[in-house]
Amino acid sequence: MGETRMAKFEEAPHSIYEGMVPVARLKDGHVYRHVISLLVDNEAGVLARVSGMISGRGYNIESLTVAEIDRDRQLSRINIATSGTRQVIEQVKAQLGRLVPVHEVRDLTDEGPCVARELALVKVACVGESRAEALKCCEIFRASVVDSTPQSFVFEVIGDTAKVDAFIDLMRPLGLVEVSRTGIAAIARGAAGFLKDSN
Amino acid sequence: MAARAAALKAEDHPEEFMSGARLILKALEDQGVEVVFGYPGGAVLPIYDELFKQNRIRHILVRHEQAAVHAAEGYARSTGKVGCVLVTSGPGATNAVTGLTDALMDSTPIVCLTGQVPTHLIGNDAFQEADTIGITRPCTKHNYLVRDAEQLARVIHEAFHVARTGRPGPVVVDIPKDVSMGQGRYAPPLQSASAHKTYRPRTAPDPRAIREAVALMARAKRPVFYTGGGVINSGARAVAALRELLALTGFPITSTLMGLGAYPADQDQWLGMVGMHGTFEANLAMHGCDLMIAVGARFDDRVTGNLALFSPGSRKIHIDIDPSSINKNVVVDVPVVADCGEALEALVAAWKAETAPRPGLAAWWRQVAEWRGRDCLHYEQKGPVIKPQHAIQRLFEIAKDRDPFICTEVGQHQMWAAQFCGFTRANRWITSGGLGTMGFGLPAAIGAQIAHPDALVIDIAGEASALMNIQELSTAVQHKAAVKLFIINNQYMGMVRQWQEMLHGARYAHSYTEALPDFVKLAEAFGCAGLRVSDPARLDGTIREMLEIPGPVVCEVAVDPAENCFPMIPSGKAHNEMILSAQDAAAKRITGEGLALV
Repeated sequence: MGETRMAKFEEAPHSIYEGMVPVARLKDGHVYRHVISLLVDNEAGVLARVSGMISGRGYNIESLTVAEIDRDRQLSRINIATSGTRQVIEQVKAQLGRLVPVHEVRDLTDEGPCVARELALVKVACVGESRAEALKCCEIFRASVVDSTPQSFVFEVIGDTAKVDAFIDLMRPLGLVEVSRTGIAAIARGAAGFLKDSN
Repeated sequence: MAARAAALKAEDHPEEFMSGARLILKALEDQGVEVVFGYPGGAVLPIYDELFKQNRIRHILVRHEQAAVHAAEGYARSTGKVGCVLVTSGPGATNAVTGLTDALMDSTPIVCLTGQVPTHLIGNDAFQEADTIGITRPCTKHNYLVRDAEQLARVIHEAFHVARTGRPGPVVVDIPKDVSMGQGRYAPPLQSASAHKTYRPRTAPDPRAIREAVALMARAKRPVFYTGGGVINSGARAVAALRELLALTGFPITSTLMGLGAYPADQDQWLGMVGMHGTFEANLAMHGCDLMIAVGARFDDRVTGNLALFSPGSRKIHIDIDPSSINKNVVVDVPVVADCGEALEALVAAWKAETAPRPGLAAWWRQVAEWRGRDCLHYEQKGPVIKPQHAIQRLFEIAKDRDPFICTEVGQHQMWAAQFCGFTRANRWITSGGLGTMGFGLPAAIGAQIAHPDALVIDIAGEASALMNIQELSTAVQHKAAVKLFIINNQYMGMVRQWQEMLHGARYAHSYTEALPDFVKLAEAFGCAGLRVSDPARLDGTIREMLEIPGPVVCEVAVDPAENCFPMIPSGKAHNEMILSAQDAAAKRITGEGLALV
């Protein structure tokens, strides 16, 4: 097992027909982090179905976000960051695919290069030199100030999880008092789209 | 445009609007429902009123909602149709939860209509309110809350479609009382399986997977088929294709508890059941094979034993309609995501076309014959006490010419029934496999009997399990379901006692039932016939008497209370570490991690 590995896009990890995953890949005991996106019917309880299945089966979820993306077709997108062995990740995807309101399950990590971003609102209470230091960090991270009082700032920072983590760590000694994060929104790079054939 | 035209037409024809309750009944009729198992209550009164006004759908009044679901399971498993349940809100729905979970674990198609408090009271802790959708979400294949009578017919049709297709399972439709009392228009059933916008289970196998599977089969020197309940769920075509494929290949076959009957037990290729209480030859064939062909089976822990030691030298083909069953417990080489019937038919065709020279199987069959020589199910009926195995073996021997439906409860008697009833047809064996629900058998037998009024339906029970839903004798009497409740009475929760003996120093904590009822008087109190036998010489006569009595009968067989069920793969052990007898058990104590397993 050991530490979690950041899974990288590999050439054709899957074989040519449904369910086929090379045995050697499934027997790889390392833990990988995967980003999975679902297209679901935006109906009452769909988030409870997804989160209940995940907790009921004991899968490890680092982030789960949901929002409507197509009002006319009542579609929502759920982005899940999860970690597990290859065998567990395949199970997570298969179990998600089994839920009736799920249109499509995409493993963005496997399908290869993808962008994942999250937004954090970070409140720092500080005076004096710390204020200047906080603003300098804000600039370096291309964060923006969305609220300011003589005793505090609220920064908005957008980036991948590691960047947001780094920004928050820098704010900690400067008077960090509160953090609110969105969890990730993720999308595959390139021209291929999620919505085109899911009607 | 067509929808708009229909809507305009409906405004001109107000008679097309019906009450929600009427819409429900009409939808059930159009789904071919003949029987509903249920129990009335406040939130479903409008639906019951509508049931009262018609004669096409028969209602079977049970005595507890759990039994309504089990009865529907017995109906479904004996017919291949969807079982239908109707219960009220709150306690009606929560009582049904065990049955729903049972149906989910054993992939049994059920549609359960639950009443709900009126929509404006939902969330207010109203009388007999429960969050049925929340409670049943993890124990159903899918569930629906219908908030508008206009949606009722569509949702009910969809519920039946989801319950019966793909990997079958239970579906709950929660109906607030104001919806069943409201007005709406009828919608006909879905026209095709692909009509659903998200739910489209794959049934046809990928030809590339079939080609790979047949290539492995043609080269195999030590192959074994391992089949499960999925073959029976898939239906008559799958059963016929399985039998043809077995005849063509000459491979040996074993089956899970749920799959018994798909392949006839009187054939030479049949190895007996696999798993914790499976036969020596089946388990060693699974352990020693070079190719395992799993069909509609899910590598359950009761089948595999210790996963790390499971069938170490084999390539594996896995046919399953549910992609999540594949690579879940055991990593397989060739997955075939498909309906078992379609996949087996494709394998038959591909096998006939495959011309590669095949290695002979003579050596493998010689090995199997050697394992069979151990006669692992051997027991001795001697002395003045009836052995439980003997009681079950005699029962099946005497009853088998009448093509009986055999139901069971859960425990030792269930395993002995699986070992000693040699099923030759599918859908004749109805047992709670995945969930292991004590109290399943009697209501399931009633459901099977309602579906097959002239058939012989027997529930083989233990005295502890029998008491869990004994109130259903009243249902059997009311609805003239002539089930035979055959109670193997050893005065213990036998399987619990067996484990306590093997794992916990024979400290029999609460597994002995004091103050058991007099089952003969109990039967008579319900209006059934009651029989009791304890003398081995009178066993056959008593069984014949039970079968000859026309109505429901309770037959109590007093058996050896100390008998244990063998063979047994102890928890945490591999298929080649079976315990074959009581003497063997003393030599192979269960230790370490095995103690923590169930």
